[in-house]
Amino acid sequence: MVAVRALLKTRRTGLALYGTAMALLPLMFSNDYYVKVLIILGINILIVLGLNLLMGYAGQVSIGHAAFYGMGAYASAIVTTKYGMSPWFGLLASIILGGIVAYGIAIPTLRLKGHYLAMATLGFAEIVHVLFLQLKDITGGTDGISGISTLSIAGFLFDSPQKLYILVWIVVMAGLIISINLANSRVGRALRAVHGSEIAAASMGIDTAKYKIQIFVLSAVFACIGGSLYAHMAGFVSPDSFTLGVSITLVTMVVLGGMANVWGAIIGASTLTILEEYLKGYEDFNMVIFGLILVLVMVFMPQGLYGAGTRVIGLIKRRFKLIPDTAGEESAAS
Amino acid sequence: MLNVSGLNVAYGHVQVLRGISIYVNEGEIVTVIGSNGSGKSTLLKAISGIVRANAGEIKFNGRHIERNPAEKIVSHGISQVPEGRQLFGELTVLENLQLGAYLRYRKRGGSKAEIVRDLEFVYTMFPVLKDRVGQPAGTLSGGEQQMLAIGRSLMSRPKMLLLDEPSMGLAPIIIQNIFETLKDLREKGLTLLLVEQDAFVALELADRGYVLQNGSVVLHDTGSNLLNNEEVRNIYFGQRKTRGSQ
Repeated sequence: MVAVRALLKTRRTGLALYGTAMALLPLMFSNDYYVKVLIILGINILIVLGLNLLMGYAGQVSIGHAAFYGMGAYASAIVTTKYGMSPWFGLLASIILGGIVAYGIAIPTLRLKGHYLAMATLGFAEIVHVLFLQLKDITGGTDGISGISTLSIAGFLFDSPQKLYILVWIVVMAGLIISINLANSRVGRALRAVHGSEIAAASMGIDTAKYKIQIFVLSAVFACIGGSLYAHMAGFVSPDSFTLGVSITLVTMVVLGGMANVWGAIIGASTLTILEEYLKGYEDFNMVIFGLILVLVMVFMPQGLYGAGTRVIGLIKRRFKLIPDTAGEESAAS
Repeated sequence: MLNVSGLNVAYGHVQVLRGISIYVNEGEIVTVIGSNGSGKSTLLKAISGIVRANAGEIKFNGRHIERNPAEKIVSHGISQVPEGRQLFGELTVLENLQLGAYLRYRKRGGSKAEIVRDLEFVYTMFPVLKDRVGQPAGTLSGGEQQMLAIGRSLMSRPKMLLLDEPSMGLAPIIIQNIFETLKDLREKGLTLLLVEQDAFVALELADRGYVLQNGSVVLHDTGSNLLNNEEVRNIYFGQRKTRGSQ
């Protein structure tokens, strides 16, 4: 019990520390561009948190999350430009559209296991990408949609990157809290059980199909919200932003950070977003490096950066005799 | 309590169970023995809903369950300790036990206090698990894993426990230990259906036994009668004949 309470405490401290750091970060930059990067970072964190619940916890690989990201962005774009409605309706539309489509996709595809699910989501993402390109009347084809209005609350316009960052910060924190609570609840345990063995999970009384569908829908909705925020920040969407490369980058973020760990998702998303910024000059080289990272992490750090980090810290602590030698001692002691 | 009649199961074109009929009364320990590939495990999997029967019926307390999915059957009070334990290796011992109690949080008025009490019950039965609560289940020894698998199944408060080869890969002293626990569990009112390769230990424990061969029941008698049955002794005990007469 003591250990549980201590864990709760560290979890809350971590959350508070991270929240404060993220809130103060834009103050360090006077340049709007950097704040925009931070917004993209926040959006990526949100999507990766959702994808991590699906991949890391439930063990279902999706290589199609750029499609949901794009659907969210296009839903917002179309609702605000074509119908002149409030951006909040755009956000609402993207959540509803994403949820319904994800549900429709989930029912047949989540019967597939392992690589087949990855293939199915990959195919789905390609179809969506083609639709963005070819439904010219609705999506504007390769030209995309521009002139997307900014979000506002009661006359307060989120019209500068600094202001929009506040909103993104709130949404990311909400997503983070939802993820942490979910991951550490009975549902999180059930998801990890599904990951371990679906048959054994069913023998525990867990409705595996239901959970797989629900978590798929949740992660898709996270991605759609991210897309919606992106559209309102950039004011412009085009099919180029939602390619297969983006899906793979998202998967790389999950793997790099460390699967089945909420903080890992944040670390992975942050590292790659910043790296992507540095590599902006080498456009095509990008995917080569990301692919290389994916392979290297899989081979040498299957637990990701988070897992490797905690192992190193554990080794240092043990080296300097800060904690007793026996592994798992702290949690078993209570 | 459990009534299986005319059960047929096939994997693709391979017929595994051919018209199996068995019954288990409340409070009994019943064992199903048979050689490799005789269909013992498939029988348990069909009862717990992991494989679907082609024909026949399975009734539990008068209710048909042959068409129910596995997760539904657990809620009726049948819990399986699967072959090879099927623990969640990366999850801790405590998390594995909590997963066993998965259905008891909302439904049927399950309370946290009761779950804690049942955890304590499992710990008193298998004290070694208490020392290992925070450890990933995959790091336990074979015997400890089997104990955890049984403990996990008990956490759902089953009326009936299905055990698939609990002795597999374990040292004789640990097998003895586990079978003592099974006897205790029966005294506490649990009904057990036990599938075993080790016919000797199983028949010694069981009230009744079924012998399976090529997917059909070929013998059905009390445990002690089967132990002394010439045919069973020849086929299943081999060199153990002398031990059987001790």
